[in-house]
Amino acid sequence: MADINKKSAKILVFSTEKISDPAIDMAGLLKLHYPPTVYTISIPCSSGIKPSWILYAYEKGFDGVFIAADGSDCVYGESCTEKTGHLVGKTHNLMKERGVEPARLRMAAICSVCSESFVKQMRTFNEYLLKTLHA
Amino acid sequence: MKKKKIGVYICHCGGNISDYVDVEKVRQAVEGDDIVFLAKTTMFACSDSNQRDMVEDIKANDLDGVVVASCSPKLHLLTFRNVSVRADLNKYTYVHANIREQASWAHSDNKMGATEKAIHLVKAAIAKSRYADALETNKIKAIKAVAVIGAGVAGMKAALSLAEKECDVILIEKESFVGGRVAQWDSLSTTTETGKEMVKRLYNELVKHENITILTNCEVIENKGSVGNMLLKIKKTPRYIGGTCHPEDLKRAIEVCPVEVPDEFNFRLTTRKAIYKNYPSEYPQTPVIDIKNCTRCGACEKVCPAIDFSEKEEILEFSVGSVLMATGFDSYTPAYGEFGYATSENVITLPQFKRLIDTQSDKLIYKGKEINNIAYIYCVGSRQTDGENTYCSRNCCTSTIHAAVTAKTKFTDINNYHFNRGLRTYGKQEILYADSLSAGDIYLQSYEDGLPTVTLEGKKTIVKINDILTNGREIEVEADLVVLVTGMVPRADNKVGSLFKIPKGRDKFYNEVHMKLRPVETVIDGVTIAGACQGPKNIAESVNSALSAATKSYSILSKGELETDPLVATIDPEKCTWCGACEAACPFDAILKIEKGTKVIADINNTVCKGCGMCAPVCEPDAVNLIACSSAEIMSMIDALV
Ligand SMILES: Cc1cc2nc3c(=O)[nH]c(=O)nc-3n(C[C@H](O)[C@H](O)[C@H](O)COP(=O)(O)OP(=O)(O)OC[C@H]3O[C@@H](n4cnc5c(N)ncnc54)[C@H](O)[C@@H]3O)c2cc1C
Ligand code: SF4
Ligand code: SF4
Repeated sequence: MADINKKSAKILVFSTEKISDPAIDMAGLLKLHYPPTVYTISIPCSSGIKPSWILYAYEKGFDGVFIAADGSDCVYGESCTEKTGHLVGKTHNLMKERGVEPARLRMAAICSVCSESFVKQMRTFNEYLLKTLHA
Repeated sequence: MKKKKIGVYICHCGGNISDYVDVEKVRQAVEGDDIVFLAKTTMFACSDSNQRDMVEDIKANDLDGVVVASCSPKLHLLTFRNVSVRADLNKYTYVHANIREQASWAHSDNKMGATEKAIHLVKAAIAKSRYADALETNKIKAIKAVAVIGAGVAGMKAALSLAEKECDVILIEKESFVGGRVAQWDSLSTTTETGKEMVKRLYNELVKHENITILTNCEVIENKGSVGNMLLKIKKTPRYIGGTCHPEDLKRAIEVCPVEVPDEFNFRLTTRKAIYKNYPSEYPQTPVIDIKNCTRCGACEKVCPAIDFSEKEEILEFSVGSVLMATGFDSYTPAYGEFGYATSENVITLPQFKRLIDTQSDKLIYKGKEINNIAYIYCVGSRQTDGENTYCSRNCCTSTIHAAVTAKTKFTDINNYHFNRGLRTYGKQEILYADSLSAGDIYLQSYEDGLPTVTLEGKKTIVKINDILTNGREIEVEADLVVLVTGMVPRADNKVGSLFKIPKGRDKFYNEVHMKLRPVETVIDGVTIAGACQGPKNIAESVNSALSAATKSYSILSKGELETDPLVATIDPEKCTWCGACEAACPFDAILKIEKGTKVIADINNTVCKGCGMCAPVCEPDAVNLIACSSAEIMSMIDALV
């Protein structure tokens, strides 16, 4: 890979079809750049992510996993925030057990127009991961 | 199992993709994959000619599925699903990769990076394609009837629109009379028709339609089934008045009734009797006995033969295909002491002020005193920086200015002082603002950190502000009446919303699927929303949304049959140990406990499951997977992305 790509960490983003996907798409439309090693897997709702998927991503070589959560905008109801928070907590514990630094999993609510916030999150997460894993 | 054979198409999108992503390199990177039978680049994947070529390719080569790498699936997922269908493939065998918004545009600063990313994204789509099997949509019979809940302007207009489409309508109103809030407003902004006239006109149109059943004093208490066939149980509270009541008899019955309770129609400014009508021309025309407050003294029975205390509560049942929710809003109730509310007798709310000016003439009198100086304090309960209601209630600036202009025209010696936070009389409503300025109304403004204060000095009520329009000068007004411009809040009674499990947004009003693209649908299939139950709206906006919700509700049922998405949860009966965790996590009651052979396990009701997946992560033995989002699929995509 070219030098420019060596400077970025591999980040897997779980984003949601109705809420955060539109924000990530709009970031592209607005040409708000973020590292090209950020990859998105789209799912219906952030509260449906299995901790085993996240652990698998680290096992396979992803530096970080980011959950672009529905937050209070979730079309499936208010319980999403609490359930997503719960699965993140559970995954953090599993990561500790496996000796994976919990800070490599981040979550933030990304609403359907939160493009700038998404890009900011990706840039700071990338910097953090490069500093701690690839320094 | 036969190995899959798929086709992959990589789009240039003119140059939108190929200016930054080397599409030929992407093609070469994926053509060797064992299931990829053909891989092509195309100038415009969505063009008619390419769609035709795809159909030919699929048929000629007997492909099992296709992947198109192009723009966002929001734009063309359906296009390419339809191409698959035209080539006799099942639409769920199609998989999309977004290499425009998420590769070429997002990384237009780094062509190499964008190309590498596009390769990974297409590989992940191919990985997903291995699992993308043909799925049967669930076909169910649809009953061509819609229950409209709430008979305010939104519900009434929706009912009329549905009836014209030859659809049966059950219009269900909780109160004893139709019209909702609009019946409470006499003069309205931007129209010469009064609220009562509007309600009367709509009611007269409703009763002309044989396919509309109007139910008042009725509430939905149970809902079974799902889109296409929902069985509603409705509780009907009696009016205790049989047949028609002669107007003279009614007048006497009201006179003799000894009970007096605060009149909610007049926002507790006045009182009413236990037997009542809110205003003479109200619909339905039969009055009602408020049985909660009636002492059963029998005084009214003696003067009006139509009164019948033997009437019993009834439970009605209706089967409908869709539900249109139009339950409206409540007005914000200020906190005790908020701008002098409830602590100063000269402080009232905007809805109360509307009733006050509607019910008086010549002089404006409140609590026995003539009113001359009126101070309006805007945005009370809206645009809060400390409270939860951060939204703007949209309609109150206009309604306040309209009420102020009306008061000045109707009564003598009125001076209006508007303590606002920046006016929002958008669109045509701006004319009203101009009218009020030329009538001499005074506007004083502050930001959220310098709100006006209301203080009592002896018998005087003083409203003070540091007016930002005059360089922060402290200005005070001695007000005879302070009107708190209270905004709209969701109905306090949300039983019906919980019954249908309608999600609420950040503002706690009912939430649509997408503000712009699917503005009247909810995530609950078959349930649409209209009017102010979705958020602050004026009448025109409520009616607009009612007409589109009516069309949407009808379009679901118009064919008499409907297809539901098969992307639901599945349970592995071998792994499930029935712990009940998934049942507790499902917000839609889609999970049932069943016996299978000797085992008790969880089972999914496919017509109720929304495919959110909330049940999947909570299952300890990992027995739950979502179709098209199973662990195997996600993990194979992760493999392709690393
Ligand atoms: C002070 C004030 C002045 C206004 N002035 C104007 C104006 O001049 N011009 C203008 O365009 N707009 C005005 N509006 C806005 C207008 O009132 C709303 O746009 C309109 O009322 C919205 O109609 P709706 O049918 O959505 O809701 P609503 O009018 O609230 O009607 C909802 C109906 O649903 C019923 N309902 C509630 N829950 C249930 C249930 N569980 N089961 C069955 N039925 C139920 C209610 O009883 C009610 O009849 C004003 C609003 C306020 C607060
Ligand atoms: S959570 Fe898993 S084990 Fe428990 S009932 Fe549901 S499917 Fe069965
Ligand atoms: S996917 Fe969502 S709706 Fe379906 S059963 Fe699971 S939790 Fe319920």
